[in-house]
Amino acid sequence: MSALLATRGLTVSIAGIPVCRDLDLTILPGERWAILGCNGAGKTTLLHTLAGLREPVAGTIELDGRRLDARSPRDVARIRGLLPQDDSDAFGATVLETALIGRHPHLSRWQWEGDNDLRIARAALAALDIAHAESRDVRTLSGGERRRVALATLFAQEPRLFLLDEPSTHLDLAHQLALLDRLTALAGSDTGRAIVMVLHDVNLATRFCDHVLLLDKGEAIAGTATELLTAERLSRTYGVRLSKLAGPASAVFTPE
Amino acid sequence: MTRVAPAPAFGFLAVMVVTAFALAIGVGSVALDPATVLRALAGSGDATARGIVQGLRLPRAVAAFATGGSLALAGAILQVLLRNPLADPYVLGVSGGAAVGALIAMLVGAAAWATPVGAFAGAVASTAIVFVLARSSGAWSPIRLLLTGVIIASGWGALVALILSLAPETQLRGMLFWLIGDLSSAPAAWTPLAILAVGIAVVLPFARDLNALARGESVAAALGVAVTRLPWLMFSLAALLTAVAVTTAGAIGFVGLIVPHGVRLLFGNDQKIALPASVLTGGALLLAADTLARTAVAPSQLPVGIVTALVGVPVFLYLLLRER
Repeated sequence: MSALLATRGLTVSIAGIPVCRDLDLTILPGERWAILGCNGAGKTTLLHTLAGLREPVAGTIELDGRRLDARSPRDVARIRGLLPQDDSDAFGATVLETALIGRHPHLSRWQWEGDNDLRIARAALAALDIAHAESRDVRTLSGGERRRVALATLFAQEPRLFLLDEPSTHLDLAHQLALLDRLTALAGSDTGRAIVMVLHDVNLATRFCDHVLLLDKGEAIAGTATELLTAERLSRTYGVRLSKLAGPASAVFTPE
Repeated sequence: MTRVAPAPAFGFLAVMVVTAFALAIGVGSVALDPATVLRALAGSGDATARGIVQGLRLPRAVAAFATGGSLALAGAILQVLLRNPLADPYVLGVSGGAAVGALIAMLVGAAAWATPVGAFAGAVASTAIVFVLARSSGAWSPIRLLLTGVIIASGWGALVALILSLAPETQLRGMLFWLIGDLSSAPAAWTPLAILAVGIAVVLPFARDLNALARGESVAAALGVAVTRLPWLMFSLAALLTAVAVTTAGAIGFVGLIVPHGVRLLFGNDQKIALPASVLTGGALLLAADTLARTAVAPSQLPVGIVTALVGVPVFLYLLLRER
């Protein structure tokens, strides 16, 4: 199977601080990756670099078999989608209008959003359990509701590679689990899709991800969840002593 | 995707624009009945009426519409680009630079044509200064551009005050009219309209890109919007439109700030609708204001900038309160 995203010798830094050096990463369809690391380790910076929003210091990124920088921005946007960390609204807009923005890369310069786009945007809102707020102004939503609208915009974009920066922040427990279940199903083995998400909660990674990218003091370590999600490894990364306990659905890490 | 269907919205705006033009061309210090006005527009009938309608009222009406439309379009673009509802066409220091250029031309007693030339040169120079300074850090940032514009504008403000305090009293009235905004000596009418038409043609294909950009730079970039090139194209366009408007009619405030807001409140913030609606609303508003300015206390004329503010402020406050 060909890689959806592949990096060769990728070196990324922000404000002179290294994030990763010489990283070779291969993300195949059907894989679910978690990016873990301490505050300021560069998780968002790396995610934005993988999305093509930042230039790496060195190395190359291939998206679906072709150099990222050789593709047009629109072409890239039809393959990968990004959920940024913050949602800010300088102006009012309805929830439906906001979700429809996701259709942008699929429309030509002269096209207006049509019935098909409306159908896709409404389906995305329904998938995130926010369709009832379709005609509300996004500025009147709670943080969690706004987050679900942002996710619906990403779903409406219909990318194959989902890059998500803390998708579950602001969400209540029920919506957190529902969202991650949905993302897991979305990136099922025969769908051709993959997800990469920055997570803060190690236990969400254990439960929902099969691969991990660990950012640790300027180095990035990529591997399977079984290899990397160990008490010893995570204790070193986070600088806290962690124990691994058997949970009902998956293992749980807890500070000692 | 809009709060309103486009067809009735533009139908309403078209009626508004036509009414404003009809009033502007039909009303004035010389009373002409509608039939005479129509004959004069068609190029036949009485020579005096033709002179008044074709030589005076029509060019002034076109200049007013083009100025109002340009200011509103520039304001709409800048508010989205800077993601700041307080941005207006003068945020890049354009009107300050233009004012200094125009006032210097008046102060040295240059020929009448030198005033608009000075204004245009000042507007372009000020925009260039703001761009260069704001860009010197490399990265593009709305806040930095906004701050640079505000600071440069204060500098121009001080120079304007200096020129006013040095100017002989006989020139003060002319300078004051220019600073408030006045259409009685617009140097050209059809050129600003043509530039406005080009501006609309350039901006409309990017309406959806601007919709995405209004949600934030990383959202737009992730959706494939050219977030480094597009802002510069749009800033340059807004600067050009503002420079032309200021050259045509002086520093008319208010239109560029308020019209895009009013349009958003009435028609929503989909740029495919909001940008052309801003042009039509801004044009019609300034046209109606200018008609009022030259008839309210006839035979003397008011600077149109006073009327736009006096009429616009209560209308805008009403729209704002209605939304709650």
